[in-house]
Amino acid sequence: MNPSLKLVLEQASATAVHLDYLTLYLLVVAAIFSTLIFALIFFFAVKYRRRSNHERPVEVHGALTLEIIWTVVPFILMMVMFVWGVNVFFEMSRPPDDAMNVYVVGKQWMWKTQHLEGQREINELHVPLGRPIKLTMTSEDVIHSFFMPAFRVKFDVLPGRYTTAWFNPTKTGKYHLFCAEYCGTLHSGMIGWIYVMEPAEYETWLAGGSGSESLASRGEKLFQYLACANCHRTDQPGRCPNLQGMFGTGVQLTTGETVKADESYIRESILNPSAKIVAGYQNIMPSFQGQVTEEDLLQLMEYIKSLGKPAAAGGTAAGNATAPPVRVGRGAAPARPAPGQKNR
Amino acid sequence: MITATVETRENYLTHEYGVKSWLLTQDHKRIALLYLGAISFFFFLGGIFATVIRLELLTPPGDLVSAQTYNKLFSLHGIIMVFLFLVPSIPATLGNFLVPMMIGAKDLAFPKLNLLSWYILMVGGLLVLYAMLVGGVDTGWTFYVPFSTSYANTYVIMTGMGIFIAGFSSILTGLNFIVTIHRMRAPGLTWFRLPLFIWSMYATSIIQVLGTPVIAVTMLLVVLERGFHLGIFDPALGGDPVLFQHLFWFYSHPAVYIMVLPGMGVISEIVSVYSRKKVFGYRAVAFSSVAIAILSFLVWGHHMFVSSQSVYASMVFSFLSFLVAVPSAIKVFNWTATLYKGSISYDTPMLYAFGFIGLFTIGGLTGTFLATLGFDVHVTDTYFIVAHFHYIMVGGTMMAYLGGLHYWWPKMTGRMYPELWARLSALVIFLGFNLTFFPQFIMGYLGMPRRYHAYPEEFQVYHVLSTAGASVLAVGYLIPLVYLIWSLRYGKLAPDNPWNASGLEWQTTSPPPPENFDITPVVNHEAYDYSTLEEMKVG
Repeated sequence: MNPSLKLVLEQASATAVHLDYLTLYLLVVAAIFSTLIFALIFFFAVKYRRRSNHERPVEVHGALTLEIIWTVVPFILMMVMFVWGVNVFFEMSRPPDDAMNVYVVGKQWMWKTQHLEGQREINELHVPLGRPIKLTMTSEDVIHSFFMPAFRVKFDVLPGRYTTAWFNPTKTGKYHLFCAEYCGTLHSGMIGWIYVMEPAEYETWLAGGSGSESLASRGEKLFQYLACANCHRTDQPGRCPNLQGMFGTGVQLTTGETVKADESYIRESILNPSAKIVAGYQNIMPSFQGQVTEEDLLQLMEYIKSLGKPAAAGGTAAGNATAPPVRVGRGAAPARPAPGQKNR
Repeated sequence: MITATVETRENYLTHEYGVKSWLLTQDHKRIALLYLGAISFFFFLGGIFATVIRLELLTPPGDLVSAQTYNKLFSLHGIIMVFLFLVPSIPATLGNFLVPMMIGAKDLAFPKLNLLSWYILMVGGLLVLYAMLVGGVDTGWTFYVPFSTSYANTYVIMTGMGIFIAGFSSILTGLNFIVTIHRMRAPGLTWFRLPLFIWSMYATSIIQVLGTPVIAVTMLLVVLERGFHLGIFDPALGGDPVLFQHLFWFYSHPAVYIMVLPGMGVISEIVSVYSRKKVFGYRAVAFSSVAIAILSFLVWGHHMFVSSQSVYASMVFSFLSFLVAVPSAIKVFNWTATLYKGSISYDTPMLYAFGFIGLFTIGGLTGTFLATLGFDVHVTDTYFIVAHFHYIMVGGTMMAYLGGLHYWWPKMTGRMYPELWARLSALVIFLGFNLTFFPQFIMGYLGMPRRYHAYPEEFQVYHVLSTAGASVLAVGYLIPLVYLIWSLRYGKLAPDNPWNASGLEWQTTSPPPPENFDITPVVNHEAYDYSTLEEMKVG
């Protein structure tokens, strides 16, 4: 048994520090109020204890002033909690533009992580120090939740959609990864480690491992293998939309509506193509439901993202940051465009 | 004291005998005792599950029971404690017994419906028990989809139907109380002369009637998707898993107030009688019950801050959650102020009331922590949550329930309990409770996720403390079980009004006659008007 009585949790990200100041405020308010109540109860209970059964306490009538004070003062203190809490929450919900993208797939009962360079891990995630990491997550089965206490990060991982979380590690080391949403028999075994490494060390780690191929190039192979390229042609007009430079742009549908071609849209278009038809095209694409795994989808996604822009369609949202197609840290468009995520 | 007459008078316990007279009774007081028996059974059953859970968690590896068994244990602990114990606890026992008596009525408005409610709860409860015996359920009491609809291979449908059925008991009881409180008050008993327990039961009933149908429908949808593969929640069938969470918490957050509002009502009664004073700020306390009932329906999204609900929705729910904390704070301050210049005795119910106020304060303050968006992200689904809601449900509701049970025990049974043992057990429960659950706040903040069968070693210190506390708590709960049963036969005969209380229920004999009052009482003063009462006595 570990005898140490640990009271403080490691702060391995800037957000952790910000959140802990808020925690301190909450603790101080709680301490003041509980001490006040306990002390008053104790004091009154002793001072006004019944000394004889014939006592007749003087009636103290409710005082409006008091009622107002103990309604307004807690309310104000709580509004500080509210605003401060929203502030920290917004920080947690908005990955910076230069964040490095990592994909996470949860399944009963393991975490699979994939780096853009192609490194794949199970129940582990290696990241470089000082670089914001954006996690794009989905589940193959039930709801899981990606929880890293040291970074104060937690977000649910759902089947059928992408969610995102992000953190900026500020300390090297090995940190807990837990599944926080109950997901069945071995829920408590769905745990792992996050390794924060010096950037140089991280590069070495990335380069190691046998025959890692970037996600995008795996996606390209899949694209050929599944015969997507037969219709989605890039060299000439095909029967299906040209995917070159499409990611992150607005796509006009047959309904007249324009949707953003983000991760969720692409995912839906592969699994349920008839849901949204691009204007000018027929509903002819077959569904790939059951033929591609969540990981395949992410590889296809990366390939589509990596497709350069045709000269005609300049100024798309994705991949503007000069980086080569399959390079870490492109300003990938958000999977779930969090409201307020306007700082691009 | 006029104990001599008590023995000879016919009362609701003695005017009929035999099993049939109990199973077919329409007397609200007898039905209250039927509920008392049933929910006590459920409480100790749920307690046994909790005991095994705490023993398993004594050591980091999952070694006492298998992972699957552990998951069934915490699921059944939650399901039984929430749906079969806490929700019916105070309303169905104390409420059933007291609502008519406190307002000077002969019975509830619909006595047959009242008996039916008990039978409905029994049918629901038996289904859950049957599901438990044939294999149990491992979805947690929250039944999150798509795990519960497409992945779990336990008895989800049967348990879900049990909860569906038990819900109707809650709805009908609420309906009965609302009509009774509106239509059957004694002459002169205006709304602002009502005991605060009645106000809180009224507010609770509103939530029961409006909220419970939603959980019933939700359970039904789970059953439909699981049994007939209708795509409602599972994305693989075209459904939306987050929709389930909205529906589930739309009931289950207000349900928290179904569980705690009645407790607040009990505390108002106890604090007043044992300090011999009117409750400070009567109207503020009464209105805060109604405010809680209304606001409770607007805060469900605070269970879903990391569920992928929109950031702005989370903001709104966070704000509204702070609003619901205000009326709760008002109550705590008013109870405390009631003590000021009182004549305070340390009888057992008052010890429970002190315990309630203290523990509810901690539970409420940590509730504001959880309403705070950024902080909630870190601690949601950890032991911090577990500690928080046990401070409300066990530290709050359970303390109030035991306090109320002791306070009205002489009236319900005609017997006194042994005071010394009762005070001792109140103290043991208070200490055991804190030792069990306070360490859970710390380990939750440190990152210990809930519903873990095995855990990293660094958390063991806190789990050991928690298990030690749970052992003390278990002893604390067994003591009253023994002496309360003992008192039924050997307890001193209770006088009609052992606490010198002002409520109408104390103006009749102990135990009361079948029709509660020989003559319908007329009320000409406010509740808890001790100074006027004393003057009348002297005069």
